[in-house]
Amino acid sequence: MSKIVALRSGGGAAASNANRPTLATFKGVDKVFANRVTALSGLDLEIRSGEFLSLLGPSGCGKSTVLRLLSGLTSPSRGEILWGCDRPEFGFVFQEPTLMPWSDVFSNVWLPLRLAGVSKEKARARVEDALAKVGLAGFAKAYPRQLSGGMKMRVSIARALVTRPAVLLMDEPFAALDEITRLKLNDDLAELQSSLNATVVFVTHSVFESVYLADRIVVMAARPGRAVAEITVEAPPLRREGFRLTATYADTCRRTSQALHVAMGEAPPSELCQ
Amino acid sequence: MNRDDFIGYAVPALTLGMGLVVWEAVVRFFDIPPYLLPAPSIIISTLFTDWPTLSSSLWVTLSITLKALLAAVIGSVTLAVIFAQSRLVERAFYPFAVAMQVTPIVAIAPLLLIYLSPTVAVLVCAFLVAFFPLLANTTLGLSSADHNLVDLFQMYRSTRFQQFMLLRLPSALPYFLAGLRISGGLALIGAIVAEIAAGSAGQGSGLAYRIVESGFRLNIPRMFAALLLISVAGITIHVLLTAFSHWLLHEWHDSERASET
Repeated sequence: MSKIVALRSGGGAAASNANRPTLATFKGVDKVFANRVTALSGLDLEIRSGEFLSLLGPSGCGKSTVLRLLSGLTSPSRGEILWGCDRPEFGFVFQEPTLMPWSDVFSNVWLPLRLAGVSKEKARARVEDALAKVGLAGFAKAYPRQLSGGMKMRVSIARALVTRPAVLLMDEPFAALDEITRLKLNDDLAELQSSLNATVVFVTHSVFESVYLADRIVVMAARPGRAVAEITVEAPPLRREGFRLTATYADTCRRTSQALHVAMGEAPPSELCQ
Repeated sequence: MNRDDFIGYAVPALTLGMGLVVWEAVVRFFDIPPYLLPAPSIIISTLFTDWPTLSSSLWVTLSITLKALLAAVIGSVTLAVIFAQSRLVERAFYPFAVAMQVTPIVAIAPLLLIYLSPTVAVLVCAFLVAFFPLLANTTLGLSSADHNLVDLFQMYRSTRFQQFMLLRLPSALPYFLAGLRISGGLALIGAIVAEIAAGSAGQGSGLAYRIVESGFRLNIPRMFAALLLISVAGITIHVLLTAFSHWLLHEWHDSERASET
């Protein structure tokens, strides 16, 4: 992690995070698209098993490309991705709910299992379990268009969970939702992650969302996309609404914002979290 | 039936009724002879007296229209599916499909009549007219699946067949149905135009031939009656295809959202 400035290390939560086994390591990864746009340049990044990692940065910094590389949808132009042990099972949540409008909620959540050849009857228990986890038990027969934006996103999360993946990749999943729904889904996601003990890689451009949810925040810069700073959130993993009122939260927000401003090539404002 | 529905049906019906009354009144007042402009009452009575001839012609035209539409559905969906498998095949054949579409059918009909029997030529003409909107729409539909869903299918290592059956076909359905509604009307138009070009008489003659024949004989009321039957057939095809489309899409597609109460 030579290129990344570790802004702070040590502390309770940070220490336990550092002890986690490595899930994947990006070593000098470049990604150049066919249209010659450089999405990532020399990215070094370590993802640890069981952590909640947030990738934060302006648009065009290659956050989403990191997720596509992890999920195997695309491969690096240069450099390599090393896996801690075997390549794990992934669940993916897009910015849009990305549901099949012609299928009811059950069939949408069943999809990953269906593609793996699991019959409807055999999948039933797991689909219902996944729906219960996101608070949508009893909605199996509804069609996507009958649901609100937040509920559609819950279906999308249930679909990602149904294969019981070790890693959940989330690409700005709550960016299109209203503030109230987003806060509620943030809490539910935090709870889910701690109960499932899954690794979450969460792409966002919200400083506050990052700090509230993540164990570790990697700040990325654009043109070319690269990691420029790493911030460890010094707080116990499962946070509550009250966390937003603490000095730790305010302080981490301030530092994260400053790092983000530096990443965007601007002078960091001196008073951010007032 | 609520108030809006009532107005929705009553207003056009009233307009139609008033139009017919004015038409009837004008014809009677100016004493216009039926071979120039028949009154609505005479057209209706002609429809009844000539029903044996007209109904058999209606059946001929309708059966050609439906056969052509069915053939167009099978042909266009098959071709669109082949196009969806290979960009190269699409490039190779699509220009010819466009050329078929832009060449007026009346211009092709005389040529077809050289090679084919009149009935088959008329069927081929109606097929050609109905084919293209279905092909264009289904091809577009098959390639317009949500790209995030395509990614998702790839991520879960779906087979090409799974992706086709579970994603591309359902994505294409609304496009196909929109094409079907256009083609339903066009198949009838194609059949009528080709019948006029063919000008075939006798037992197997359709409604278009009845119109041409009535023109020669100055039997204008029968001409109007045949025209009325063609309109009613066209409207019926449209209404049935719209109902079919609604039946397939009402549970999920946004275009059907307005009809939800």
